[in-house]
Amino acid sequence: MSRCIKAGLSAAAMAAALLAASGPVRAYTVYVSNEKGNSVSVIDAGTLAVTATWKVGRRPRGITVSRDGKELYVCASDDDRIDVLDTSSGKTLRSLRSGPDPEQFILGPEGNPLYVANEDDSQVTVIDIEKNKVLAEVPVGVEPEGMGLSPDGKVLVNTSETTNMAHFIDTKTFQVIDNVLVDARPRFAEFTSDGKLLWVSAEVGGTVSIIDVAARRVVKKISFKIPGVNDEAIQPVGIRITKDGAKAFVALGPANRIAVIDARSYEVEKYLPVGQRVWQLAFTPDQKLLFSTNGTSNDVSVVDVEAGKVVKSIPVGLLPWGVAVSPQ
Amino acid sequence: MHRSPLSRLPVLALALAGLVSNGRPVAAQEPAVPPPAAAPASETRIGVIYRPQPAPASYDAEAVPEDEGVAGARMAIQDNNTTGRFTKQTYALDEVALAEDGPRAADAAKGLVEKGVKYLVLALPAAEVLSVADAVKGQGAVVFNAAAPDDVLRGPECRGNVFHVVPSRAMQTDALAQFLTFMRWRKIFLIVGPNEADRLYAEAWKNTARKFALKIQAEKPWTFGPLARARGDTPTRSEAMVFTRGVDYDMAIVADEAGDWGDYVPFRTVDPRPVAGTQGLIATTWHPTLETWGAAQAQNRFRRLAGRLMRPLDYQVWASVRAVGDAATTKKTSDPAVIAPFLADPAFSLPAYKGVSLSFRPWDHQLRQPLIVVQPKAVVSIAPEQGYLHQRTPLDTLGVDLPETTCKFK
Repeated sequence: MSRCIKAGLSAAAMAAALLAASGPVRAYTVYVSNEKGNSVSVIDAGTLAVTATWKVGRRPRGITVSRDGKELYVCASDDDRIDVLDTSSGKTLRSLRSGPDPEQFILGPEGNPLYVANEDDSQVTVIDIEKNKVLAEVPVGVEPEGMGLSPDGKVLVNTSETTNMAHFIDTKTFQVIDNVLVDARPRFAEFTSDGKLLWVSAEVGGTVSIIDVAARRVVKKISFKIPGVNDEAIQPVGIRITKDGAKAFVALGPANRIAVIDARSYEVEKYLPVGQRVWQLAFTPDQKLLFSTNGTSNDVSVVDVEAGKVVKSIPVGLLPWGVAVSPQ
Repeated sequence: MHRSPLSRLPVLALALAGLVSNGRPVAAQEPAVPPPAAAPASETRIGVIYRPQPAPASYDAEAVPEDEGVAGARMAIQDNNTTGRFTKQTYALDEVALAEDGPRAADAAKGLVEKGVKYLVLALPAAEVLSVADAVKGQGAVVFNAAAPDDVLRGPECRGNVFHVVPSRAMQTDALAQFLTFMRWRKIFLIVGPNEADRLYAEAWKNTARKFALKIQAEKPWTFGPLARARGDTPTRSEAMVFTRGVDYDMAIVADEAGDWGDYVPFRTVDPRPVAGTQGLIATTWHPTLETWGAAQAQNRFRRLAGRLMRPLDYQVWASVRAVGDAATTKKTSDPAVIAPFLADPAFSLPAYKGVSLSFRPWDHQLRQPLIVVQPKAVVSIAPEQGYLHQRTPLDTLGVDLPETTCKFK
């Protein structure tokens, strides 16, 4: 832990210099859901400071921003609903009928519908955001969680944590078209920007499976070794891949590291020390910065993507879970 | 979220006369949604043999529920079937509740195996685990021991067709000893109840004390009767307090597996000392306060299904039934000739809300697992404690390791 703090501090000075050198930075806004704080922390991506903390429903986890940046969607898992917040005021405008225990979700490419994993109910709910109407309920495996959408929006992938599968769902018919078995407790699914590959993390299995989307089979498995860290503590969760397909970042849970991976050779390049129990990740739209939620240390780490360095840690609310960044 | 309780179906008659059973066909346990493109396939049947606890004589705040253990099997069968929708595998449960005057466990087991039930989960004491294992030997059946912690079943009396999901006494005492060592509470005072199980639990502590260099400062028998079962109008018994006098110790360890008097000891020792063992601070597989590693989801799912909190035996039976399902998913078959060797293979890994995957030790078929070190209202620690290293996995610092095993499968 002390190592992380030291690394964070020295890197912070460097980041300040770096940010100054690169001229005016677009002021993206970062939103973090605090699972036990029942709140959302708002961070200015330019100053890297928390500017507001908004109250939301109970056990907020999945979080995402509308395409125009005006609305924030937050899964209030214990209230069985999704809160819609006005990003200009932080006020809750309305709630969506999410089905029971919404955990993660993903927005359609046009900003509607919203595909929601109902963790307690072994299904995926498809919601029309504008009409607040359930379009479909798709039965999937036990404890659905990870949600990935192909870039063309045609294939939705859900991972089920206890069934250990990636379920491929046709977004026109809402039918499961195939299932691919991965390692234990898959938490997150992320397509590459060309839509050809799908990365799925397995928290208990300790691996990331790369699935060929057309063939629907695992073509590569990435595992991790960190000197001084028990293999059991290496629990991959959040994944983000750069748009150019060059680099992938994988959050490793209680290993308190983010793995930086060459997304073409699948070699792990390095492990970035971050806060404790790192789960979810999000890029700024320009992909210059990456934010991670560190649940146990109640903070967010900021990674300079180009330099591959942690530049700051920002204290947020209790048990930060998810993170989303405004598109503008 | 309110949901109707699981619908109860008419009891299916078992071939064995006089046997109480409510095994239910799988179709009724499934949500109404049809499986996508799944054709009916072979059904894997899993038997659960248990003995319902007799109802308590009067009010008991923590009475053992009648469906203890078997409720975990019902949840696991649902979990297996939800997964099975995608692998075209279906599962059904055959529940056998043994009655006082009914057939013996071994006969019930034989009856199930003859009907084609090749997986048997036992929530039974050690003697009956052995009798079942021997009765179905050579018939390709796999037996799961979900309730008997006896080390002898993992040692001289081990059986190749039995997999132990319940942690052995050695694992339980090692888990607490690691915590005591971490806290530097090295001096223990062992208080041993009158039952054989208590003697065995104390025996496990003596081995553990040697392993972790703890000092047993004194060992005394508990001779004051089931005082924890006496109610609030019973005055504090002074002789029970006095007998803890004159011992120099950091922690009292109670050996009372029946739960008759262990809960009487905390706050009644002469010196202010914490209490661990079978009561006070315990090492167990499951607890209502466990919520990390997805446990909250399992707690909620169980409560919705059974209408009560999940207990350790429920969890152990759940893990047994899930072990079958998980292995069958991976091997794409539920043939016990394939599954039994796979369970003992290092490639088998069962995710079971413990943050790491669980596997069976090949040398004695004991499930490796972290144990929760917990006081009645909160998780205190998780064993293995940090710093206990092992060439295979830290999980093997709990219980009997390969070099020490006395198990030779026959």
